[in-house]
Amino acid sequence: MATGRDDFVIAFRSAFLKKKDKQKFSLLSLILLSIIVIILSNINFKPIQFVKIGINEIIYRSSYIVSKPENYLKNTLLVFTEHMNLYENYKITKSEFENLKEEKIVNNFLKIENKKLRNLINENIDSNEILAKVLIDRESPFLKSVILNKGTKDNVKMGMAIIDGVYLVGQIIEVNYTNSRALLLSDLNSKIPSVLAPQNIQAVVSGTGKNYGIIEHTKEDIEEDLNKVDTIVYTSGLGGLFKPGIPIGKIYKDSENKVDFFSDFTQLNFIKITSFNIGDKN
Amino acid sequence: MSSLNESTFFRVLLSYLPLIILFVSVFNEFDFNYLNIENFSFNFVYILIFYWTLRNPDSLGYFSIFLAGIINDVVLGIPIGISSLSYLILCAVTAYVRNITLSPNFVKDWFSFLFTMVLINSIQVIILDLIFIIEINYLRYLVNTGFTFLFYPLFFLAFNFLSQLILQKKND
Repeated sequence: MATGRDDFVIAFRSAFLKKKDKQKFSLLSLILLSIIVIILSNINFKPIQFVKIGINEIIYRSSYIVSKPENYLKNTLLVFTEHMNLYENYKITKSEFENLKEEKIVNNFLKIENKKLRNLINENIDSNEILAKVLIDRESPFLKSVILNKGTKDNVKMGMAIIDGVYLVGQIIEVNYTNSRALLLSDLNSKIPSVLAPQNIQAVVSGTGKNYGIIEHTKEDIEEDLNKVDTIVYTSGLGGLFKPGIPIGKIYKDSENKVDFFSDFTQLNFIKITSFNIGDKN
Repeated sequence: MSSLNESTFFRVLLSYLPLIILFVSVFNEFDFNYLNIENFSFNFVYILIFYWTLRNPDSLGYFSIFLAGIINDVVLGIPIGISSLSYLILCAVTAYVRNITLSPNFVKDWFSFLFTMVLINSIQVIILDLIFIIEINYLRYLVNTGFTFLFYPLFFLAFNFLSQLILQKKND
């Protein structure tokens, strides 16, 4: 019995403390170092934050360079697929274009009317836009985020909205000197206050970790309303980070409350980092 | 002379190949951990570290593994140090298994890999969910662990082939 225990202790000690010929550090010292790093990375202490930003800068840039050949292959494949589907896409786009032309006429009137009404209540929305390139869009099963090539030196701040075209895709959650990280709407931790149209119901769009979102914190009998017509989800502007009316996605009727995001997060290349100043004109 | 130089270069490159694969897989955007297929993903880095630290421990240094973990955390955006800790626990288990085993047995290794993955994923979930309050999908962790376990034999064969090639070139 005692021999068995001794064997275990010897094997355990040998595994953790003994260094092999080519190992410069023992396992135990590196495990302790990892634990210290985890604790330090959680402390909001300025020198540690600077070290963290430095590490992020180096690794993001290196990762961008290492990923270049793979991205080149990915883009080539995409161009080839698009080329093969050119005629079919042309037919679909043509019919969509006709519909949009009709909608634009109606929208122009609504825009003017909206401007008039905002003037009446003395409300003003200013926005600052920074154009940024997506450096890394490595998605993990646990976190959906992208790295952008703009940071504090370009006046990027935490919480700014990420817009692809006119669609909301996420918000800034980490800012370094020359780059930043944006959390995508599809991430489990993403919660955006929104409004459902045409029902005019307030809700929160929450990410699921998959390529769709779900509706949360809303009225109980919402399913009935959503099953009648296709629903568009816009930002509600509650919380003050985003302006109201940025399109997020669409809920198709009978789709069990799944929000299909308008933007394809796997194809993000250039995006706008936007901040909004919402308030009185004066 | 030229052929001798080429052979030396190839031999050195081959001996560093596991390390190169490790760093490319943590740096690169392409990730077996996220293949964009519903309910399918596996952790290639776990398999790589488990195999090489168990069968050929001189190929991957512990400090390189620690560094790879830091890089993985920064690229993924999770708190720094978590992957390093996971990878090093994996190394600790392989070192222990190596010390208590006289003749290597594939099935025993395979099941100790499953045990280790369950252990390190539990530690990861505890750190992320309970300490850092980052919401995570438990089912994905479970599926990921299952597929990583199932894919181990496949990569075991591939890495065995590579390991033999390295050994062969070393003895040339």
